[in-house]
Amino acid sequence: MKYRHLLFSNLSRKKIRTTLTVGSFAVALFLFGLLAVVRGAFNQGLEVAGADRLVIVNKVSLIQPLPIAYNDRLLRIPGVKQVTHANWFGGVYQDERNFFPQFAIDTETYREMFPEFAMPEEQWKAFVADREGAVVGEDLVKRFHWKIGDRVPLKGTIFPGTWEFNIRAIYHGTRQADDTTQFWFHYKLLEERQNQYWKGLVGWYTVRIDDPDHAVRIAKAIDESFANSPWETKTDTEKAFAASFVKQAGNIQLLLLSIGGVVFFTLLLVTGNTMAIAVRDRVRELAILKAVGYSDNFVLGLVLGEALLLAMVGGGLGILLAKLFTLGGDPTRGLLPFFYLPTSAVVAGIVLALAVGAVGGILPAVSAMRLRVVDALRRV
Amino acid sequence: MVRVDGRGGGNSLVRVRGLDKKYQRGSEEIHVLQGLNLDVDAGDFVAFMGPSGSGKTTLLNLLGGLDLPSAGSITVAGDEITHMSAGKLTAWRARHVGFIFQMYNLIPVLTAFQNVELPLLLTKLSKAERSQHVETALQVVGLADRMHHFPRQLSGGQEQRVGIARAIVADPTFLLCDEPTGDLDRKSADEIMDLLGRLVREHGKTVLLVTHDPVAAERASVVLHLNKGVLEEARKVEAS
Repeated sequence: MKYRHLLFSNLSRKKIRTTLTVGSFAVALFLFGLLAVVRGAFNQGLEVAGADRLVIVNKVSLIQPLPIAYNDRLLRIPGVKQVTHANWFGGVYQDERNFFPQFAIDTETYREMFPEFAMPEEQWKAFVADREGAVVGEDLVKRFHWKIGDRVPLKGTIFPGTWEFNIRAIYHGTRQADDTTQFWFHYKLLEERQNQYWKGLVGWYTVRIDDPDHAVRIAKAIDESFANSPWETKTDTEKAFAASFVKQAGNIQLLLLSIGGVVFFTLLLVTGNTMAIAVRDRVRELAILKAVGYSDNFVLGLVLGEALLLAMVGGGLGILLAKLFTLGGDPTRGLLPFFYLPTSAVVAGIVLALAVGAVGGILPAVSAMRLRVVDALRRV
Repeated sequence: MVRVDGRGGGNSLVRVRGLDKKYQRGSEEIHVLQGLNLDVDAGDFVAFMGPSGSGKTTLLNLLGGLDLPSAGSITVAGDEITHMSAGKLTAWRARHVGFIFQMYNLIPVLTAFQNVELPLLLTKLSKAERSQHVETALQVVGLADRMHHFPRQLSGGQEQRVGIARAIVADPTFLLCDEPTGDLDRKSADEIMDLLGRLVREHGKTVLLVTHDPVAAERASVVLHLNKGVLEEARKVEAS
């Protein structure tokens, strides 16, 4: 690449301008990286949702319970192979900011329903044998420096009182996107200690069906089974359930796209302006290149190459910073357990930066290409 | 042999016939060159003089393929350039023309070496061959020891010598100099004219020079006067 010094030396001409433009790209791509992380965190449930699992909640609201008696009725519906249930506990560990999800689970069926959460068999058995036992995700263990055998107190909010648990098992996700920040304990313990209102009630059911292609039909059959009862149900695929959960936080996708759109449009203007000034500043030099025999297309490529180089360096720097930022883990203390910048977002960010560089640089590059040597040399 | 009567032989290096150049400025048509004829042989050193607006630079631009005439033809070393496409003309310039400008027009972020190397990047020469050519050109202009200096680290005279090295490095057919001493003091201007004279005498270069400076013009073998778009006379300078 014998022309590379032409490309690089032009960027060193106005160091402050180059630094500011590279900085603009870096900030924009850093923001893009963070938005991608947040989007990924919200959509993490969608990525790992089981295609053959349906989630059944109370038709009125997710926070309204369902009777435990539905367990056997669900098993009798054609197409339903397995059933499990869980309750949201909502306890506080030491400080309200130490958020993590806690579920009271049915120890007989829950593990079989979610095989993606893996742990040693003896640890699971120890958990099942201990009525106050708990299973915790490996990220949670790292966060609070817990170990097997530790006794963990949780202050109940929905279920009053102080609840103490013994850590008997630590699970890990078999896929990168699996949530390993959960805390499980026995539903039977909850049943024993909760007040009269909650007796015989569960938060939601999850069922496994025989064929994902029958999901719509089975979901309809489930909801029809409990229609006109005091506890009507709303059944969705696990993916649709996760999506509706995300929607409760507002239209995150639109919000992120809006912010990203504004940032990149501004970046486009910055790049276009920078390259236009860069061309205007050295009209004579570009004319000299043409006079000594460089073609119009070469000059077009040179200016466009400078814009792409700026985009590449700045964009790469921003994405790198975003990646480094995510290596520190979730800064929200559990609200975004899946805090990770995927490779696809890195590639998308670089491609986006290059696209902005190309679009921002094209008009100045074309004007440089069309420059008439005689006219340019006349300018002082 | 330089002629302006259109009766030059077929062996002229530069052959101009009936050259017209008109510009439109608003509703006014400006006739810059009017039916100009010129024959220049290889190894000639020609100076064009004349008042501002007489068409000297326009003529130089036309001879260098930077502009197209309204009528007439220009033939250089057998190639008629007036009907070449823009792309062909660019390639032709790279091969045949060495430009030297009043304002030097060096690229400030490149060293003297890199500035001189610019025309060679368009050739198929290897890096080692390019280096050899650049060093030779800088030796010819007496700046071999300044090759890694940037233009801002050189005096005006030295910058112009780098400009001359850039013009000769690809061994072009002829050199076109537009007021090469116009921005220099007398001493530096004399050094530049000495250098151009040596290029003609010792290296057999053909030089066409536009200047306002009669002292500079005296170094040429022939001085042509351009007035209102017409070459009025041809005067041979006595060898000193």
